[in-house]
Amino acid sequence: MLGKLTWQAIPFNEPPAMAASGMIVVGIIAILALITRKGWWPYLWREWLTSVDHKRIGVMYVILALVLLLRGFSDAIMMRTQLAMAAGGASGYLPPEHYDQIFSAHGTIMIFFMAMPFVIGLMNFVVPLQLGVRDVAFPVLNSVSFWLTAAGALLVNVSLMVGEFARTGWLAYPPLSELAYSPGVGVDYYLWSLQISGLGTLLAGINMVTTILKLRAPGMTYMRMPVFCWTALCSCMLIVAAFPVLTATFGMLLLDRYAGMHFFTNTGGGNFMMYVNLIWVWGHPEVYILVLPAFGIFSEVVATFSGKQLFGYRSMVLATLAICVLSFMVWLHHFFTMGAGADVNAVFGIMSMIIAIPTGVKLFNWLFTMFRGRIRFEVPVLWSLGFMVTFVMGGLTGVLLAVPPANFILHDSLFLVAHFHNVIIGAVVFGVMAGYDYWFPKAFGFTLHRGLGRVSFWCWFVGFYLAFFPLYAVGLLGMTRRMQHYADLSWQPYMMVAEGGAVVILCGILATILQLVVSIRTRERRRDLSGDPWNGRTLEWSTASPPPVYNFAVMPQVESLDAFWATKQRAAAKAPEQYPAIEVPRNSPNGFLTAFFAVVSGFALIWHIWWLAILGVAGALTILVAFGWMQRTPVEVSGEQLAADERARRSGLVPV
Amino acid sequence: MSRAEGVLDPQGPIAAADREILFNATVIMLVVVIPVILLTLAFAWWYRASNTRAAYTPDWAHSGRIEFVVWSIPAMVVLLLAAVAWTGSHDLDPARALASKVKPLRIEVVALDWKWLFIYPDLRVATLNQLTVPTGVPLQFELTSANVMNAFWVPQLGSQISTMPGMTTHLNLLAEHSGDFPGLSANFSGEGFSDMRFVVHAVPAAAFSSWLAVTQAQGAALDAGAYSQLARSGADVSIRDYGRVERGLFERIQHDTSGTPAHSMEQ
Repeated sequence: MLGKLTWQAIPFNEPPAMAASGMIVVGIIAILALITRKGWWPYLWREWLTSVDHKRIGVMYVILALVLLLRGFSDAIMMRTQLAMAAGGASGYLPPEHYDQIFSAHGTIMIFFMAMPFVIGLMNFVVPLQLGVRDVAFPVLNSVSFWLTAAGALLVNVSLMVGEFARTGWLAYPPLSELAYSPGVGVDYYLWSLQISGLGTLLAGINMVTTILKLRAPGMTYMRMPVFCWTALCSCMLIVAAFPVLTATFGMLLLDRYAGMHFFTNTGGGNFMMYVNLIWVWGHPEVYILVLPAFGIFSEVVATFSGKQLFGYRSMVLATLAICVLSFMVWLHHFFTMGAGADVNAVFGIMSMIIAIPTGVKLFNWLFTMFRGRIRFEVPVLWSLGFMVTFVMGGLTGVLLAVPPANFILHDSLFLVAHFHNVIIGAVVFGVMAGYDYWFPKAFGFTLHRGLGRVSFWCWFVGFYLAFFPLYAVGLLGMTRRMQHYADLSWQPYMMVAEGGAVVILCGILATILQLVVSIRTRERRRDLSGDPWNGRTLEWSTASPPPVYNFAVMPQVESLDAFWATKQRAAAKAPEQYPAIEVPRNSPNGFLTAFFAVVSGFALIWHIWWLAILGVAGALTILVAFGWMQRTPVEVSGEQLAADERARRSGLVPV
Repeated sequence: MSRAEGVLDPQGPIAAADREILFNATVIMLVVVIPVILLTLAFAWWYRASNTRAAYTPDWAHSGRIEFVVWSIPAMVVLLLAAVAWTGSHDLDPARALASKVKPLRIEVVALDWKWLFIYPDLRVATLNQLTVPTGVPLQFELTSANVMNAFWVPQLGSQISTMPGMTTHLNLLAEHSGDFPGLSANFSGEGFSDMRFVVHAVPAAAFSSWLAVTQAQGAALDAGAYSQLARSGADVSIRDYGRVERGLFERIQHDTSGTPAHSMEQ
């Protein structure tokens, strides 16, 4: 009846796991009780859970990312503590069976459930506003995408309480991840969570590409699109091209594990090297899926706060497109040490270096955007400068790793770990944090506390260097990744400094939480009634903060790059006499319900509860496909309503 | 415990060449990276909003000359590095035999869960978790794995290489000086991974011969039965010498892809 699921799946005999999961369960129950008590359910259901508004969905993506950042970070600090202790003969406080789950969960969560939702959330919120349109191309699908991502995140966290997570590393290389070597449910949790969220990501990518290609404000040609939209377009094209590879690869591993097939097994003609190739055919573009939108954010931030047009717009677009194409031609540099011939290694090494050219161009263009600018050191600028300084070092070590002979002595050492944290934290995290601070007032109508934002930046910045530069050094001393303990006592001081760095980063995270709390409590004082707190350049700043559900009462007419800046230079546009009514899509529970059934099917498949899996899949398909065909009448916003909203906004008296 | 000096303390020609490429590539890039960092800080400081002496040109956003330069600088750096990568990949291809008048010593490496088996096929001896080699003699490794993927790495001797089931990889190294050099697995392989360590004893030729004589005379036998017991025994950090190694053992391991799991996992 319940497949492999028994009471033994719950780790009663493991106090740390029980304490952690107990705290989470108590926390969730407390939140649910509070919502029930306050009678917030109808509001939540109506305004958020069933919302198909791209702005609400974007905000929910970012909330998901911030919550999962906390989970991923607790894994990180547990690992750092373990390694600060487990030197010489000591074995630390985490036995390998726990430690291996923790580093696997850390990587999986940080990439798939922190960085991805953060980036997709910002794109979701910002892109339609920057394009001057009222929503994404497929609003209901957008909600489905978000909830599928949340479903995957939920399943990963269920593994903490029921069963176990993968002990294979975040990419689950076979043969280790095959049934013969990983007979537990950990790898199944990994695979099904990522299959479900991967589907959500693919749908989000399709939606965003369609939006950018088909729905732009009148007059917004491709070469008048803000750079962030360009980077979003390239990132989402990569999603559309790369995520099906991931799904297929995991599909084959699932067939091996569930149906006794032999795609990647040692026996029966399987070849696991194929998995390693395929996973990196997805994995390398994934790096750019994350980092391109971050580059876009820096472009917007640097231009806005320098009070200047972005230098070399055409170069920026060309560089972004070049990175987009090249990112598919370098995957082999992740396994130079697997013994491909010298020619193959050299070609992939050189291809990888070539990506440094457009990336370098971007850096120079940001530099020349600041040149002869008037730089205001608001918090997003700090993140941007921190990024520029940190990222060039990550780029340097990345190119080193792309030189095959150097790679032979650096691969899978902590030098590699330091490198990818250098670029993921230095570019992606700094980027989304800059975007968070920059667009927060647009989303909520009030600015974030500046002092605490600065504290957060400095903690992250200093903490990053303390946590990861020792890892570069100890990697050169020959320490490899994923060790649970080590014999060499001379490595321990480095591990202790790194642990200190993790604590400093923790302070940064706490400062961000505090910043949010303080800003909400003092929101009346921080209200921005202008809708344009930073003297912005692009269309999102031309509407109210938070924008009304229809985004723009009148579709903007775009005549140049930096459309809003140009409008401001020409003095304010006159209000039209009459507003035509606008239709906005009606709320839909499809996303939430599809995700509910997806969680059920995922859980059932993990535990081999076949009847429940059939029910879950049938439920999800019914909602997604059958309900998807239902005609839904849109909601109309009347002309009088629009005129009233606009009058209020222009008089600057009330936020809309 | 020997002191691990890592890749910055090469003890053989491959390690030295790998390190030289690492240094050269770093220096080539620093020539650009350091100015970029300094310029970033300088521009940010000088063009701060409160500095009224700084020029301000809000609409200046294009300059063909500057853009030509900013595409050229990284392109030239990459051109230089590409040359380094191309020649380096060929000269230091792990499968490439070292140029030497000395006859190379063949060593077969088997990664097991979780221990290292080293077979000297021409000498008919084998060792567990310890590798004794003569200095100045090219070492020709053939590597495989009995079940999951690992990577064989002795940082002070140079390049690492993956060990994979059903497959053979090749690696050529040389220890120039005598000493004890730590080796380990670089690729995560499961529960006992952290203890997949071994020590390379590089000793002068005479000492190697006497070690060989003792091992050949006193080491235990390693035949198919003893091997299969060893493969199944799980994590093992003990050091052992085998005297009489069955011929063709490595070839059989290479082709045996049944992959005996030694993992002792619940469920």
